[in-house]
This record gives sequence, C-alpha cells and structure tokens, in this order.
Amino acid sequence: MAEDEVDRWVQSACVLCSNGCACDIAVKDGRMVGVRGRAGDRINHGRLGPKGLYASWQWSDQDRLTRPLVRQNGTLVEASWDAAMDRIVAESKRRQPLQHGFYTSGQLFLEEYYTLAVIGKAGLGTPHMDGNTRLCTATAAASLKETFGSDGQPGSYNDIEACDALFLFGHNMAATQTVLWSRVLDRIEGADTPAVVAVDPRMTAVAETAVRTGGVHLRPLPGTNQALMNGLIHELIAHDWIDRAWVDEHTLGYDDLAQTVEPYTPVKVAEICEVPAPDLRRAAEIFGTSERVLSTVLQGFYQSHQATAASCQVNNLHLLRGMIGKPGCGVLQMNGQPTAENTRECGADGDLPGFRNWANPDHIDELAQLWNVDRQVIPHWAPPTHAMQLWRYVEQGSIDFLWISATNPAVSLPALGRIREILGKQELFLVVQDGFFTETAAYADVVLPAALWGEKQGTFTNASRTVHLSEQAVAPPGEARSDLEIFLDYAERMDFRDRDGHRLIGWKTPEGAFDAWKECSRGRPCDYSGLTYDALRGESGIPWPCTADQPEGTDRLYADAVFPTDPAVCEDFGHDLTTGGSTTPEKYKAQQPGGKAFLKAADFRPPPETTSAEFPLIGTTGRSPYHFHTRTKTGRSPRLRRAEPRMWVELSEQDAAELQVAAGETVVVESARGRVEAECRVGTLRPGVLFLPFHFGYWDNADGPPTAANEVTITEWDPVSKQPLFKVAAVRVRKVKR
Amino acid sequence: MHVSTYLGLLRHAEGALADAFDQIGQGHGDEPDVVQLCELLAGKSRAHVEQLQAAVDRYGEDADNEPERLKAAEFGGARSGGVGLLRDLQDLYALGSFVDVTWTVIAQAAQGLRDPDLLQTASACQAETSQQLTWLNTRIKQAAPQALIVAP
Ligand code: SF4
Repeated sequence: MAEDEVDRWVQSACVLCSNGCACDIAVKDGRMVGVRGRAGDRINHGRLGPKGLYASWQWSDQDRLTRPLVRQNGTLVEASWDAAMDRIVAESKRRQPLQHGFYTSGQLFLEEYYTLAVIGKAGLGTPHMDGNTRLCTATAAASLKETFGSDGQPGSYNDIEACDALFLFGHNMAATQTVLWSRVLDRIEGADTPAVVAVDPRMTAVAETAVRTGGVHLRPLPGTNQALMNGLIHELIAHDWIDRAWVDEHTLGYDDLAQTVEPYTPVKVAEICEVPAPDLRRAAEIFGTSERVLSTVLQGFYQSHQATAASCQVNNLHLLRGMIGKPGCGVLQMNGQPTAENTRECGADGDLPGFRNWANPDHIDELAQLWNVDRQVIPHWAPPTHAMQLWRYVEQGSIDFLWISATNPAVSLPALGRIREILGKQELFLVVQDGFFTETAAYADVVLPAALWGEKQGTFTNASRTVHLSEQAVAPPGEARSDLEIFLDYAERMDFRDRDGHRLIGWKTPEGAFDAWKECSRGRPCDYSGLTYDALRGESGIPWPCTADQPEGTDRLYADAVFPTDPAVCEDFGHDLTTGGSTTPEKYKAQQPGGKAFLKAADFRPPPETTSAEFPLIGTTGRSPYHFHTRTKTGRSPRLRRAEPRMWVELSEQDAAELQVAAGETVVVESARGRVEAECRVGTLRPGVLFLPFHFGYWDNADGPPTAANEVTITEWDPVSKQPLFKVAAVRVRKVKR
Repeated sequence: MHVSTYLGLLRHAEGALADAFDQIGQGHGDEPDVVQLCELLAGKSRAHVEQLQAAVDRYGEDADNEPERLKAAEFGGARSGGVGLLRDLQDLYALGSFVDVTWTVIAQAAQGLRDPDLLQTASACQAETSQQLTWLNTRIKQAAPQALIVAP
C-alpha cells in the first residue's frame, strides 16, 4: 500500500523485543496495514527490523479470540463476559489469598502491570505473582540489585557510539535486537572501529564480527561462565589494570573479590572453560587497556549456570576500572521481552512497585499509605514467590487458582512434560487471558479474549529505560478487551476497598493508571513523575528518571558515582551469590554502604547437569531473528514464516560428522526429560554442544513430532535470580532413518 | 584439658550435619533448589571435618568416651510434603546452630591456646556455617506461610 493511501498514522513502538523501536502504525479502513520507523527517536533513529516490519500487525485479524470461553462438562464453550467474569470471581472468593497465583508476561503495558500489582498486593494480598519475565530478565534485575543496590539500567544506547571496546557476554545481539545491532554495525563499518569481544559457545553473527575485526571470540563450555569471568578479573588485577583510587572511594568488597579470583589463572580457566589461554589474556587486555568499554549481557549468562554471579562479574569489571556513568563506559544488563522492564518497575514480577525493598518496613509503609491499606495486607513477610516456586505450589496443590496473562508456559517453561501435567490438574482453576488460542489456553477453565498491541493504549519501557507511548490504532476484534479493562473489571467485581471503604483502584483509563503509577514511582530510582502522555507524544521516547526538574529524562545513571545502596534507599539487602541466602538488614547496615557499589564475588562450581555416557552432548536454547517467543504473532506473518518455517537443531561440524548426519536430515534429540525431532543444520558451534531454538510449539503443528525445545530442558534455577537454566541440558542425538 | 573433647564433639556434629544435608537433599527430589544446595552445603561440612584434622593431630580427639549428652542429636530421616520440608530444614537449622556455637567455643579456646592456625580454621569454617544458616533461614521463611496456611 502506498503511503498516501493510508487514512492515518498512529504513534507507537514495536513490542517484539526489548529494543522498543519507535514507529507509526498505518491505519486504513479501521485496520492496521503497515508500520514505519520514527526517525526522531533516540532508540532506533527510524529503523525497524524484520520482526517489527513484518510481524507487528499482520497477525491482527488471523484466528483471534473474540469471545470469552468457559469450560462446561469438559469442553470450552463461548460465553458472555458477565458469565466468564462471574465464574472467575466466584472461584476467587471461595479461596484464601495464598491459594491465588498470577503468572503474567513481558508483553503487557505498564498500566496493566501496575494495576495487576495493586490487585495482587493490596487487594488480595498474595505474594504469588510472577511472570514469563522470570525466564528472561530476572538475572538482569538481580545482578543490578546485588551490585548497585537497586535495579535500573546503568548504561545508555548512546554508549555504542562513544565506546572504543564492546563486550557482548552471552548476547547474540544480531538475533535478539536486530536494530540495536545495526547501530553497532554502523560503528563497525565506520571510521574508528571499536574492539569487539564476544562470549558465546556458537559462532554467531556477533562472534563472526568480533573475529573479522580483530577482536576476540571466547567459546566457554556452557555452564562455566563464572570461571571465565573470574579469569578476566584475575587478569585485570594481575596486570594492575584497575583504578585503585576510584575503587577505594566508590566500592566495597575489593579484598574478598581479589582473594576469590586468585586461583583463576588463565591456565586454570582455559582448562575449566575449554578456551585457549591466549584468547582469554587478549580479551582481558582489551578490557584492561581500552578507554571506554561498553558491556552488554543477555541470556547466554542469564539462562545459564551461576547466572547472577557471572552477571555481577561484568559489573565488577566496570567498577574495577571506574568505567560507569561516563559516555562510552556502561553496562547494559539487557532483557529479552519488550515490556519486561515494566514488570520489574511495577512489581508484576513479584518485586514491590517502585523498586521498593520488601525487607524495609519504611518502604512497606510508603505503599500502605499510597494505597491506603493496612500494611499487613501487603505481602512482605518473605521473599516474593518466584515463578518456578509458584509452579511448584500449583503442582503440590497449595495454589489452585492460577491466572495466566499474555504468555504461553505450555511452550516456554522448562521440562514441558511436567508443566503439561500441572496445567492439566483436575483441582486447578485456570484462567488464560490472551489474543490467541494458545497451547496453554487449551487447559483453561476460562479463556478471556484480550486486545493486543495497536488495539489498546499504554506505555512501555525499553531495555535502556526509554519510555514510549503506544496509542490505540484500531478497535479490538469481536468482544476482545484490553488486559487493563479485564483487570479493572475483576477488581470491581471483587469489590476491593481501601481502609476508608473507598474503591482500592480509582482509575478507569490507561492514563489514569499511568498517573497513579507516577505517584508510586515518585522519589524512587525509576522516577516517572515528570512524564506525561503528552510529553511522550513528542519526537522521541524519554528515559527515566524523569522529574519536574529534569523533564528531558536521564541518559545514563550514576554519572556522580553515587549508587542507591543506602539502606533507606536500596531495593534489596543482597544475597550470598552461591546459595541465595538473604543478607539480613543488620548485616547489610553494618557494611555502611552509603552510596558505594558492591564488588560481589563467587567461586565457580560445576553445573547441576553434566554430560554422561548416556547423554554425551550439551543442549542449549536460543532465538531466531525472525521469531518472537512462541510465535503467536510472528508465526502468523507470511514473510517470517517463510524465513523460518519450522524447528531445527544445529549441530557442530564435528558432531554431525561423527553421527553421520548431513544438513537437512532429521534427528532426534533426547534428554532425561523428553525428546525433540527436527531437521538438522550444521553450524560452527563448539563441538559437544548443540543448539535448539525455543519458538516452535504446537499450535500449528498439533499432529507432528515434538518440536518444543523445552521438552528436553531441566527444572533448575539460579539461587539468586531464580531464573531457570535453559542452557545446560545433557542430551543425546540420533539420526532418524527414513 | 577438654579441648580434645570439644574437637571430638565438633567433628561429630559437622559429620552429622553433612549427613543430614545429604539425606534431606535426597529426600526432597522434587525441590531442585533444595537438592542442589543441600549437596553443596553437605560438602562444606564434610570439608570442615577434614580441616579439623590438623588440630586433632595436635590436641587429640576424645571421640569414644565423650559423655553422651555432649553429642549433637542426629537427624532421623527426611519427611515429605510442604510441612515435612519445613521441619527438615528446621532440624538442619538446629544442628547448624549447634555447630556454629561449637566453633565459637573452639575459637575461644584457640585464642587461649595462642594457636593461630586453629583460630584461622575456626573463623574460615564458621563463616561457612553462617552461610549454611543464612540459606536455611531464607528458605524456611519462604516455605513457612504456604506450608502452614494452605498446604493441602
Ligand atoms: S529490533 Fe526489536 S523492537 Fe526493533 S523492530 Fe526489531 S523486534 Fe521490533
């Protein structure tokens, strides 16, 4: 369709990864018909990637859910909203708060998360609320809390243009955030190319770029990141590539860190990680001798063994060199899903809203006052329930009311055989709220049809704190309603009241929810108080903190090297990185952190699952640049379907030769949990490791062989962030004879 | 001198704690974090038994004729279910606290004996005992409300 045929353009940003590229939606005759990038935006400067271009709207009128469904005599039948919501409320009312669990998403808008968080924390009073973001962004948040005292992305994307070395730790940026990667490519192909170091067991486009431009590609054995990181820090210290004066002034824990990394000589690390010692030395030298280093971290660290410990070591590298808060010197602890950042801020991931500390009574009082509820209602007596524990409680039956919104655990959680059994439990009352009839919806007692992107209004925040407004472009299909409307309807029917008998939730619109959130965030590190919908209707998105004094927002945190570690401010008192044991408030205060950052240390320990004679290979999972999550949207875009039509398994050349399989042949991958059958690709992975993309579930493949990568993954998680380990499953492979 | 009695007591208690961590880890196979951490923390106590050897070589160890009431209570086997897990972790906590305070006693003795090696061992090991207790406390707090209020 030509540009002048479009009726109108509606401002938005893409929700198909955490980059949040600003765009306009083209509307013709009440339908979405295209998108264009917004040139004036600080994030994407007008660019869009394949998912944004080809999957942001094409799904919009394909097999959507248009009416609520309610299970009657074993089958789901269409029902009115009243009937569906009355059923939910009746089930909810006959249960205690602790029997309720909410499992949400990284795809909703800020206004929806905040409303859900208030329902859970001040209405019902249940600590059991988490989401799919536990699988994606939990370690980013945890490592920032451990090091800096609070969540909040330190760096800015503008550091890409200013750095002279770029380290990507377990981050295949070329597949995960294609537009961000094109910003990097601008630098690579430009005049003064930064040195690139990639840490990844696969030869990804990122790794190839590192090699091609004279950087380093480190390929540690999956599960050994912590040893590698200790080795890099060991080298920094051994060569005195550290800014000792800065470290003394702005950090705590140097001696313990130095002592912990002492044994991690390049030779020892080379042995544990199976990387050449000279490569490790060279990478450390680049970090130690460059002037402005930018590091990014993603799932290769977050979904692997010792996730939080290893991610904290990236922070440590920067602190040791005093490289934080200055142009070109930054850490980007990334996330995968588009609105994952907002679950962290609003507390729909179990944390408390506004990065408040559940172990700080003053923070609980602030929330009690804000919501005008008794502080005892707010679940703060123990750490919030993380997703894996939440599912365990459902398995044991102590949670028997589970409300899933905008995510698809029947494909995305580890060890799917177990998850299907849990979802199928007779005693469980299951609500699924989504735009499509997903694999998970098939298990529901009530299915609620939700409006999606472009069909509702709201804001969301990208991986570098930049907030965008997404306007409603078209009406939702049939009777579908926005997630916000659904949550508000539930709150209304449950009749949640504050201490004075007034409605607990006073807002009715997205903007009303946004205003309430602004108040909640005021004075906290994620301060939105200076933002308005109107301001967000300008040229570009705006990065928080944004206050009345600083209406243009904040590009980079910690320019003054004062970190939010003061006990009255911090979001968390921290943990032992090895066990996850919580530091007590007394112990935390005794360290007198007062604005200094923590250099947290941990020894390497072997991963929970290692290879054996029966399962001799390590299976690791990841993404395709052409699909998002479980393909509910991208799988309905013809172009992206053509680009990546079906499941595959990538084997190293050596392993493929040994197994006598050629590219295109079918293989079966098996672990102690399950099996996957798919076409084989031969790639340049490190031998002994195979790769499984995680997008391919069953909604368009009901009768085929098993294809979901999570059939084989394990039920294990990081002790601090509780993020599951998707990267280390012991597997075996065999060729399927046809 | 009763140092040898206390060294025997501590070695026995650390051994009992290691065994209890192992049994509880194995007894709660459906709680992956408990399995992993019990295995790790059992290893720490087992290492402490080894680390006490040097002091035992110097001061001896009265293992056999120590009065029965100077022995740590041994763990009786893993229980099942939410409340069972809670009780098991609590038993570990009790045993761990006993170990903790026994290290305090040994550290005091080491001061009096002007034995820097034993003092060093005591402070390093006690830091790890505290790591064990911290984890147990965190996990107990997490498990308690659900187990007591709504577990079926
Ligand atoms: S990079 Fe991410 S946000 Fe940008 S267009 Fe691609 S999928 Fe959308």
